[in-house]
Amino acid sequence: MYTQAMDIPGGPKAVAPGSPEEAAFNARIARDEKIEPRDWMPEAYRKTLVRQISQHAHSEVVGMLPEGNWITRAPSLKRKAILMAKVQDEGGHGLYLYAAAETLGVSRDDLIDALHAGKAKYSSIFNYAALSWADMGAIGWLVDGAAIMNQIPLCRCSYGPYARAMIRICKEESFHQRQGFDIMLALCRGTPAQKQMAQDALDRWWWPVVQMFGPPDADSVHSGATMAWGIKRISNDDLRQKFIDATVPQAELLGLTIPDPHLKWNGERGHYDIGPIDWDEFWRAVGGDGPCSRERIATRVRAQEEGAWVREAALAHARKQAARARKAA
Amino acid sequence: MSNNEWPLWEVFIRSKQGLDHRHVGSLHAADAKQAVQMARDVYTRRMEGVSIWVVASEAITASDPDDKAELFEPMADKVYRHPTFYKLPKEVEHM
Repeated sequence: MYTQAMDIPGGPKAVAPGSPEEAAFNARIARDEKIEPRDWMPEAYRKTLVRQISQHAHSEVVGMLPEGNWITRAPSLKRKAILMAKVQDEGGHGLYLYAAAETLGVSRDDLIDALHAGKAKYSSIFNYAALSWADMGAIGWLVDGAAIMNQIPLCRCSYGPYARAMIRICKEESFHQRQGFDIMLALCRGTPAQKQMAQDALDRWWWPVVQMFGPPDADSVHSGATMAWGIKRISNDDLRQKFIDATVPQAELLGLTIPDPHLKWNGERGHYDIGPIDWDEFWRAVGGDGPCSRERIATRVRAQEEGAWVREAALAHARKQAARARKAA
Repeated sequence: MSNNEWPLWEVFIRSKQGLDHRHVGSLHAADAKQAVQMARDVYTRRMEGVSIWVVASEAITASDPDDKAELFEPMADKVYRHPTFYKLPKEVEHM
């Protein structure tokens, strides 16, 4: 579903080419060629990718929680089947991404441990609660819509396994946004109370979604290296603007009001202008102090711990079967 | 902890009858049977396949990227292996 914060503080700085391998690597990046797992790569490039891909994977998995919560309360069997398919997709996306990260020589267990220990981050957006059914609409429409904006440029990422995972994810993702808009449309064409539910969901999700694109370019001190390496292709502010320009007419079509009194078309720029973004709120959410941050991690840890005996039993069974087969041979 | 991680498997899918199995990704599973089951759940949710192969990742032997030139460059000057190398008279038409 989503990636962000790849260039929050703690990222690497671009290094000057030292060795012939590094010069060859830089030349390949300049020619827009892909880098594959066993190719030589600078340590900082590898580390940046591990951090970004694992954050992205964690976001997919944590992202299953707010929606998973609504599966039993979906208003119809059709909506329930759709929501289950979407949540299952997010689980699959997490798996593709963990697999891409593992090609860089890290273990999945170590990545998951880092998330559970609070050392690895995930998207700020999943620290907010999904309070009503309309939130399923708002998440699909806005959160997945923002994710698609973010992820399409990643299909051209310089690291082959990440780019291939992103192509697969983007293919599956477009139904997520459309089903969300479809939920909003049904509510907005329903009773006044239903339309009010949709407006309430938009009011709560709008600013966290605008923040999802990450800090403004002026404060993104580390995005230089990820841009130079062809990991990131479009800046946070440009993606955010693109999202706002695409979303405002969609809100108008729904007959909903975006909760920003400063929102205005700027004919000179050819873009919408928006009001100030509360970055303190963003940093709180990223830093593990969002409304649901503790609950999300606690849920993940519990799932991991309660499933441990199943994973151990399956492995013990497989080892026993293999030993038995060797004996028989 | 890491030695209790389920082994890694590479997944190959035949998208339809008559086509080759193609590598689509990898996953962790306790054994081959479970790997097939999981590959079905993860890689064929939208009718992407009619057949699945799984191979333990550690069983794959790959060529070394450092040998790329030695292995593949000798083919660059053997253009006569391609049909377009031969300029034939127009009268021959399709051959």
